[in-house]
Amino acid sequence: MWFSLLVLIPLTAVLVQASAGGWSAYWDALTSPQTLAALRLTVGQAVLVTAVNVIMGTAIAWVLVRDQFRGKQLLEVVIDIPFALPTIVAGLVLLSLYGPSSPLGVNWANTRVAVFLAFLFVTLPFIVRTVQPVLLELEHEVEEAAASLGANRLTTFRLVILPSLAPAITSGAALSFCRAISEYGSLVLLSGNLPYSTEVASVRIMSSIEGDKLTEAAAVASILLVVALIVIVVLDLISRRVARYA
Amino acid sequence: MHDTTAHRVTRWALRLIVIGYLLFLVIWPVALVAAKTFANGLAPVIDALRQPEVIFAFQLTLSAAFWAVVINTIFGVGISVLLVRYTFPGRRALNAMVDLPLSVSPVVVGLALVLVYNGRTGWLGQGLEQAGLQVIYAPPGIIMATAFVSLPLVIREVVPVLQEIGTEQEQAARSLGASGLQTFARITLPAIKWGLLYGVVLSLARSLGEFGAVKIVSGGVAMRTQTATLLVEERYQQFGIVNSITAYTAAFILALIAVVALIIITSLRPGRGTSE
Repeated sequence: MWFSLLVLIPLTAVLVQASAGGWSAYWDALTSPQTLAALRLTVGQAVLVTAVNVIMGTAIAWVLVRDQFRGKQLLEVVIDIPFALPTIVAGLVLLSLYGPSSPLGVNWANTRVAVFLAFLFVTLPFIVRTVQPVLLELEHEVEEAAASLGANRLTTFRLVILPSLAPAITSGAALSFCRAISEYGSLVLLSGNLPYSTEVASVRIMSSIEGDKLTEAAAVASILLVVALIVIVVLDLISRRVARYA
Repeated sequence: MHDTTAHRVTRWALRLIVIGYLLFLVIWPVALVAAKTFANGLAPVIDALRQPEVIFAFQLTLSAAFWAVVINTIFGVGISVLLVRYTFPGRRALNAMVDLPLSVSPVVVGLALVLVYNGRTGWLGQGLEQAGLQVIYAPPGIIMATAFVSLPLVIREVVPVLQEIGTEQEQAARSLGASGLQTFARITLPAIKWGLLYGVVLSLARSLGEFGAVKIVSGGVAMRTQTATLLVEERYQQFGIVNSITAYTAAFILALIAVVALIIITSLRPGRGTSE
């Protein structure tokens, strides 16, 4: 009951509002050049960031599980910082290293690189945290068996380790993609929100709301909502498949 | 496994890449914010914290987060028990839907709440407004938005623990004549307390930092509906050294709370294992 008052009814309202103007209005709202540009940028950067995360996330999880060195505990905390940090603070944080007064001498504020960095920052924990527990439970014996049968490390990794990590990497990637396309807070200060250039989908929704164009806002919101639903269903299916084989 | 030289080289390379990546993405930027906050010493920071707007924003944030966490704890445990202990049509759908607030954009959350609860045209907002309760652009809306985005955190921590402990002890208690409430208070609650505590800390951290959803439902008027994260945004965009230091100070405090919450969580993790 509470759940439906708080979550389900409001989300349904978004879909109803989106359809308020009929199909043609819905379609017009989505295909306006500015919205299309925003959606293209959001999805493009989210795919890119997810690809980086698949590689770096797996590498970080590997180092955290298999490597031993002083200060590893600290890295564990560092991984979770992007998740715990308020998004507006995340924007400020990135701005201090990559913004106007950067000690690196770069200024990526208000560019697409800033969007990429913001997505990369907020999605950092997802693949690491889904792959890490699987890697921990992976048995050394299988790898040793593969090695003793003549497989080199690369072959072992490709044929033995990677297949067992695949479901975890996939769910982490789905989460990270989902988080990236819905990101808002960290971009407010960082990306400048320039239409056709650095404006992402959620910023587009925000400016529609501020312009009191609720139907337009709801149309873009419905796309994000549907993507979120798809990701949830995919995750549910993956976890069920894993549970069946385990 | 024996350590070959090639093996050791890969290991070191991987370690360096990972540390370097985290250094540039997280460690250095976060450290810079701390450095910028105290760049002019402690005095401007303290002055910043004395401003009534800042004090108000943090008070509002704290009280909204407090109520959101209370609501989430009660309903989170309720929904978890429902999901684990009872079978009903649509359980699998509810189970999947519970994750929705985590994956949907905060901006969409804000829009959704505005559509339903605004006083002019909202489905439920009109009735509530007539009853004298303004939700949107007022604290109740802030609390709802905050509760919305952090609801799954408690549920996700409590559900696995409930599944793990099973029903034997609860059934034993019931067969010995304990009422449903007694069973819950004496058997279930102590068993899930670590998972629950972990979920509560997570959800508190998330609540204090919520920005997008709160921005839409609150309107962000200083001294009335401006929370700490909204204050950071407003002050950063204004000119002048005082505003900039205020933004950095508020951001630093929010970051500090987040890191402290993380450390608490990390130290709770082993605690959970030994308590069972």
